[in-house]
This record gives sequence, C-alpha cells and structure tokens, in this order.
Amino acid sequence: MTLIKTTVNRRSFLKAALLAGGGMVLHFSWLAGCKPAGKKVLEMPEEWFEMNSYIKIGENGVVTLFNPNPEFGQNVKTSLPMILAEELDIDWEQVIVEQADFYPERYGRQFTGGSQSVRQAWSPLRTAGATARQMLILAAAGQWNVPASEITTEHGTLLHKSSGKKAGYGEMASAAAKIPVPEEVKLKAVSDFKVVGSSKKNVEIKNILSGKALFGLDYKTEGMLIAMVVHPPAFGMRFKSMDDKVAKSMPGVKAIFTIDSLKEDIVQNFFDTTSFTKFAVVVGNTTWEVLQAKKALKVEWEQEPERTFKMGSSWTPGAETIEAKYPSGLESTEIHQAKMKEFSKKPGNIIRRDGDPESAFRSATKILERTYTAPFLAHNTMEPVNCFAHVTADKAVLYGPIQAPEFVVGTLSQRLSLPKEKIEIKLARMGGGFGRRAYGHHFIEAAVISQQVKAPVKLVYTREDEMTAGIYRPTYSATYRAALDKDNKLIAFHVKAGGIPETPVHADRFPAGAIDNYLAEGWQIPSNITIGAFRAPRSNFIASAEQSFLDELAMEMGKDPIDFRLELLERAKTNPVGEKNDYDAARYAGVLQLVREKSKWKETPQGVHRGVSAYFCHNSYVAEVVDLVMKNNAPKVEKVVAAIDCGVVVNKDGAINMAEGAIIDGIGNALYGELPFKDGAPQKNNFTTYRLIRMNEAPKTIDVHFVKNEEDPTGMGEPPFPPAFAAVANALYRATGKRFYNQPFINELKST
Amino acid sequence: MIATKLNINKKTHTVEVDPSTPLLWVLREHLDLVGTKYGCGVASCGACTVLLDETAVRSCSLPISAIGDKAITTIEGLSENGDHPLQQAWEEHDVPQCGYCQAGQIMNAAALLKSKPNPTDEDIDTAMTGNLCRCGTYLRIKAAIKTAASY
Ligand code: FES
Ligand code: FES
Repeated sequence: MTLIKTTVNRRSFLKAALLAGGGMVLHFSWLAGCKPAGKKVLEMPEEWFEMNSYIKIGENGVVTLFNPNPEFGQNVKTSLPMILAEELDIDWEQVIVEQADFYPERYGRQFTGGSQSVRQAWSPLRTAGATARQMLILAAAGQWNVPASEITTEHGTLLHKSSGKKAGYGEMASAAAKIPVPEEVKLKAVSDFKVVGSSKKNVEIKNILSGKALFGLDYKTEGMLIAMVVHPPAFGMRFKSMDDKVAKSMPGVKAIFTIDSLKEDIVQNFFDTTSFTKFAVVVGNTTWEVLQAKKALKVEWEQEPERTFKMGSSWTPGAETIEAKYPSGLESTEIHQAKMKEFSKKPGNIIRRDGDPESAFRSATKILERTYTAPFLAHNTMEPVNCFAHVTADKAVLYGPIQAPEFVVGTLSQRLSLPKEKIEIKLARMGGGFGRRAYGHHFIEAAVISQQVKAPVKLVYTREDEMTAGIYRPTYSATYRAALDKDNKLIAFHVKAGGIPETPVHADRFPAGAIDNYLAEGWQIPSNITIGAFRAPRSNFIASAEQSFLDELAMEMGKDPIDFRLELLERAKTNPVGEKNDYDAARYAGVLQLVREKSKWKETPQGVHRGVSAYFCHNSYVAEVVDLVMKNNAPKVEKVVAAIDCGVVVNKDGAINMAEGAIIDGIGNALYGELPFKDGAPQKNNFTTYRLIRMNEAPKTIDVHFVKNEEDPTGMGEPPFPPAFAAVANALYRATGKRFYNQPFINELKST
Repeated sequence: MIATKLNINKKTHTVEVDPSTPLLWVLREHLDLVGTKYGCGVASCGACTVLLDETAVRSCSLPISAIGDKAITTIEGLSENGDHPLQQAWEEHDVPQCGYCQAGQIMNAAALLKSKPNPTDEDIDTAMTGNLCRCGTYLRIKAAIKTAASY
C-alpha cells in the first residue's frame, strides 16, 4: 500500500460546475445514442454526483468513468477506466465509460502518442480512483459515526464490520461529493489488484460490431456540407491558379474557392506540421458530388520557393518560437539514395563517444561494415483524414480524429481570431492513428473552410489525398562497423546513421554501454517532404539495422545470436560503459531469456527458418523470434513468439491484441512497405499499388508472453513493432543464405 | 432526378440520387447507414463490403443503377440485436482495435459462411484477402470466423 499526495493532479478534482462558462460542455445529441453497453443494460440513475473529473456516481450505484485520452485503437477507452475502477474498488459490470472532450483544465495533457497513455495516466488515475473511494469512506464514517479507518470497501459497497453497517456507493455518493478532497490517500498494493491485470473486452465492442456512428467520418449534423481540398500534386509545388468553370456548375456543388490555412504572422503549434498551406476547396452537398467536381476542377501549380514559418519549439506552453523552413525543389527517391550514400561516407555529428574507437578500429584484425536503408512510409490509417467544423462569429466547434488536440488549438485560435476558450474540440474515435493524427492541420483546414462558407462542414480526404499529402515516416540509412581483434573479440563499435530529414540514432541506447570503444554519429539532409511520428519513430528503423547487424556480427564471431546479445547485456549490467545508458540491462536480458525459453530457440522445426531480434523503446523491452518458411520462393512468417516487459499489464488481452497487431505491422512494412517519389510526387496513392500486409501473409500464430513484475506500466503500442523488422531479416538470411539490407525486402527478393 | 428503389436490410428505400452514385455513399449519406465504411474507393480494402443477396460486394465500386431488385444487407441489418454468430464470435475474441475495418470484415465473412459453412484456414485466407486491417487483427478475425462456424 502506498500513500500518495492528491496534489499531484489536483486540477483533475476541479468540478465541472466550477468551470461552467468555459464553454466546453458539448452536446452532440446525434452521437448520444452510442453509449458503450455492458452485457446487461444498466439502469440509469436519477441523479449523478461528481467525485472528480473522471468519476461520477449515480444514486443507484452505477458509475461513469471518463476516458481522458483520444482512442485510436490502442484501447485506452477500456484500459484507462480500468485503472480508475481498480482504485475505486468497484465491479466493472457497474461501469459506464464515456469519452471525455478536449478539456485540458480538467484532464491535463490529452495526448495519444509515444505509447504514453497508460504510463502518464497511471499515477493520476489511481489517485483519482483512490480519492473518490476515500471520500465515500469519509461520508460513511460521518453518517455511521464510526472511524473512517474501520471502513472497508468491496464491489462498490462500504462496510463497517463490527457494527455490520453496509451501504452501496450510490447511497453515499451525494454526501461524498460534498466532502473536501483529502490531502493524502492510500493506493492499493499491486498484489491486491482485481481489475488491473485481468482481461476486459473493448467497451465499444457492441457499437463497433453493429455499425454505430463512432468515427469522425460518420458524423452528420443539420445543414452540414461536405468539403474536399485539392493539394499540390508534388512536394515543392504550390497553388497558382484554377479554372472552375465546369466544376462550378456540377450537381450538388455549393462553392469553389481557395483557402490559406495559415497566415504570415501565425506561430504554429509545435507538431502542427503541414505539407501545404494553400488549397483549392470544393464544397457541396454530398461526398460523391463533391468528388466529381473536384476531379473536374483544373488547377495549375507552380514551384514553390523556400518556405519559412514560425513554430513553437516544444510542447511546453510558452516555449520559444523557432524559424523553420522547407527547401525548394522537386525531390526523387533516386536523388535521395545518392545523397544518403554520400552523407554516410562523410563524418557526421558525434553524439556519443566512449573510449578510443578510432585507435581500436586502426588496430583491428577484422572490420565488419554494413549499410542498411529504408524508404519513406505512409501511415495509411484505415479511416482517411477528416474533420467536422462549425465556426461562427463567436465560437468554433470541431469534431474529428486527432491524437493531440493540444497541438492545434494555438494555431486555430490565431487563424480564426478566436480565444482558445471559444474553441470546442470533441474527440472522435479514430480509425487508426499510428502517429499520423498527432498532426492535426486538417482541423485548421476544416475550420477555415467553415468560416469561409459560414456553414457546418465536414472535410473529407480521399484515400489518394491522404496518401499523397505528407507526414510520412522518413527515409533512413545506417552504417554499422564492428572491430574484431586477432582472437575475434569485439573491441570497438561504430554506428553512423541519418535520414531525410532526420537522424534515427539514439545516443545512449544499447549497444552503447556494452562496448568500451563506442562511437555514434548522426547526420540529416533537409527536405520539403513532410515527415512525422510513425509508430516508434526512429526506433522502427534503427532497431531493424542494429538488430540485423548484431545477428551478422554474432555469426562472424561464431556465436549464437541470443547468447551474443546476452553477453553484451551482461557487460552493460555488471560494468556499464558510460553513465547515461537509457535502458536497464537486466530487464533487456530478461525478455531475451524469456523468448529463448518460450520459442524453444534451439529446437527449430524442420523446414523453418528462425530469426531473433530485441529492442528497448518507450521504456519497454521486447524480444521476438520469427519462424519463416519459403513457399514458392515467397517468404511467409508462420509463427512469432514475443516476450515483453512493460511493467504491470493493465488489460491483458487488449495488450496481446496490440502486440499481435504491431508484429503484423512490422512484418508487413519490412517486407512490402515503401512510398517512392519522383519529381516531388509520391508514386503510390492507393492500396492498389501501396502494398499492405493482408490476412494470407500474416502469421498463423503469435504467442505473446509478459514478464511478470510490479514495475509501473511502460509503453505498449509501439515497443512490439521495431523488433519485428530485423527478426524477419535474420530469418530471411537463414532461409536464403543472403543478408537483407534494404527495405522493403520484397524488392531484394525479386532481384535474387 | 431519377428515383431508384433499393431493397436494404429487408426494407424498400427510394432514393433520388444520380444512379451512377456508388452504393457506399447512398448508404452513408442518404440513408444514414454509416456502418459501411469508406477506405479506398477502388475496391481494394474491403471496408465498404455489403451483401448483395448472398455475395460480398464492394459497395464503393457498385453504382446503384446496377443493383436492381437484389437484396442488400449491411452490418446494421446482419442481425436484429447484434447477435449474429459472427458478431458473437467477434465479441468472444475481442477482435477490433480501432474497429474501422470490422464491419467490412464481418460482412465478407458472412458471405464466406453462406457458401462454406465450415471453412478451412485456406478458405478463410482466400476469402478474406481483399479485406485490409491496418491494425493487424487478422489472427483474431480468422479465429472468430472459425468460432462462428462452430456455433
Ligand atoms: S472502400 Fe470499397 S474496397 Fe475500399
Ligand atoms: S481494427 Fe483498425 S483497421 Fe482493422
């Protein structure tokens, strides 16, 4: 049992009443019918009593829990309320879950990304649950005239054992809501958890399976128009002029015009990346009609000179403003590859140096050097970008898919000339995110369009719009070198990696800390192709390069790939090089040991080719073993065994589902994913040419094992993704005798 | 505007829409049946799958003029109370992540079970290959189809 000061998240105890007038209580009655339903239908109470921002209790004992974070399939709408329910000590069956609106005064940072939701919410939500429970206890103590310390709780009931007094939470809710928030509350011991650590089904499942309106794209309101934008066909181009004669007179078309989503003096929010700022816009009655007019619109484009803009330098409010710029020019994959080759030969910026790597390399008997590359990737969320906006003279109402509403509200406020309090953002369930929706410039586009047409509008991107409008995973290149002495011992290690436009190297990550002479360098090449977070940014590439290299190095040294990694980790654990290593070597080794045991590593079945890989990111450790077979010269991953250390697992089956998905995503992108460019234009614009993994290519089985411990939860959505790439590459080597250095591997397979 | 009669989820609807409009948009925007999703518009993701009589079709690429009096079934009409064997099995396996592709997956699986009540793994792979799930719930989809077949 831990004592915790409630002051850590005091603002979450603000009552809605105190904040009334903030204008943030939204009424979207059309969606109100979509309450998540439990197995049995709960009887609604006559009255609700608010304990804090996250919890209200009805007089009949039914409890509403609010999920503060945006839901994009990582299942926070289930897992975060589970944390509240645990400390509140109620039965999950008595719970209704609701999605909170964007309301930072009540909920703090409402951000989905960086595998942050559970780890950021862990302490505040436990505190909120425990505080509400304590207020109920104090209310009962007052009414029963007994010491609070003698009251226990169980299944949403308060008990006083010696007097036999008993009351449901509902009966005490009214009194509890009036009690001042206690200064200090007790948290449960991990070993006493009943809800956390179990498996609860997705609270939205019935609505999903019956086709209820849940997503931004499903939203509709009286008088709403549909808007589509036309963006430049290539990066480095901008709008010049348009001829709307034909389009204007097409059926259902209401208006055709252009918008500037930004204005010169605007300081964009940090993360408000946008590829383009001037768009042609078609507004009309229905999506199909607008789409036809969009196709008939003739737009002329011109090359854009260097574009400069002002942006916040971090997500801390009041962070200093930086001048950023996009270079001019039309870029192509061929040019990118040549430039990356050139940069990988030049010295980079040294970001970590231990010992004397240069001398060690000079004295080496053998040097192993390998270069790895990966292309740009598009996120391809199944639900394309969209946003509903209704902007009037005194307020703006927005509803749509967004991972980080906080990162657009500043830009919105400046662009619409409305104070932040007059901007209401409601969080839609997202049809996938993967980092793409951390960038919310579509909210600004939608709002400016609504302001211009003076009507509620829903901005809809086609798949083609989405795939060609930017925010991609960057293209990268990494060169690894290892120096071996005459006894074939590893004496120095060197990584030099960069990309367009960012470097993927993490300064203090494994194998830094395990090798005396170590050098890490980074480089980057500016570009006007807009990039952003993509499931485990940087890690998703550098893990693939590093873990492929370690596999080849182990072979060169005559060692088993798992044993070799464990030796390095043993060194990092017992006698680490440097002080800032960002990983815990023992936990890292733990997942490798667990995957070795669970996969029966040494007993590879006949006809199967095995690859292993492990990585640490977002504070979690994941190791994976892939079983690959070749069928008619095509690789097929049949089975994956994964070992994960992410601390306490909140919703077990939900976490397994996410790990399965991340692994399939990793296999798919390693084998098939790429977005090439020519003259600034993306060369793929729909699933006919952009290859995503399909069911027949997915493994038959994925076994997920969690390390059991009582550590606070760490990331889960991203960490199982990066290791999959190299596990596939290493298995492919065993299947073909050939190493795979350039993603997607399917291209190299074709050329063999 | 020409009126088109459509038989959807056992009810007749008359819509006054350009007959070249794909069924997907008529369902979503004229009839408020938004369970059928837009994912690609070019018949390559399966998010928009509905049943035409007993066959799975991609509604994004099917103009309403081509339907005639065939019976259309959408996710909203698959069962009255959300308890079709596939819906039950999907719940048992807690299949969805974001959920966006799932109506299309279920409708495609419904057609599969009509033609093959006891599909093998290979039958499932073949039938479901046109349905993308970006979240990667394929294993659960396959398991749920087998469970539904066993009820
Ligand atoms: S939207 Fe019809 S198949 Fe993709
Ligand atoms: S569940 Fe998200 S696309 Fe399938």
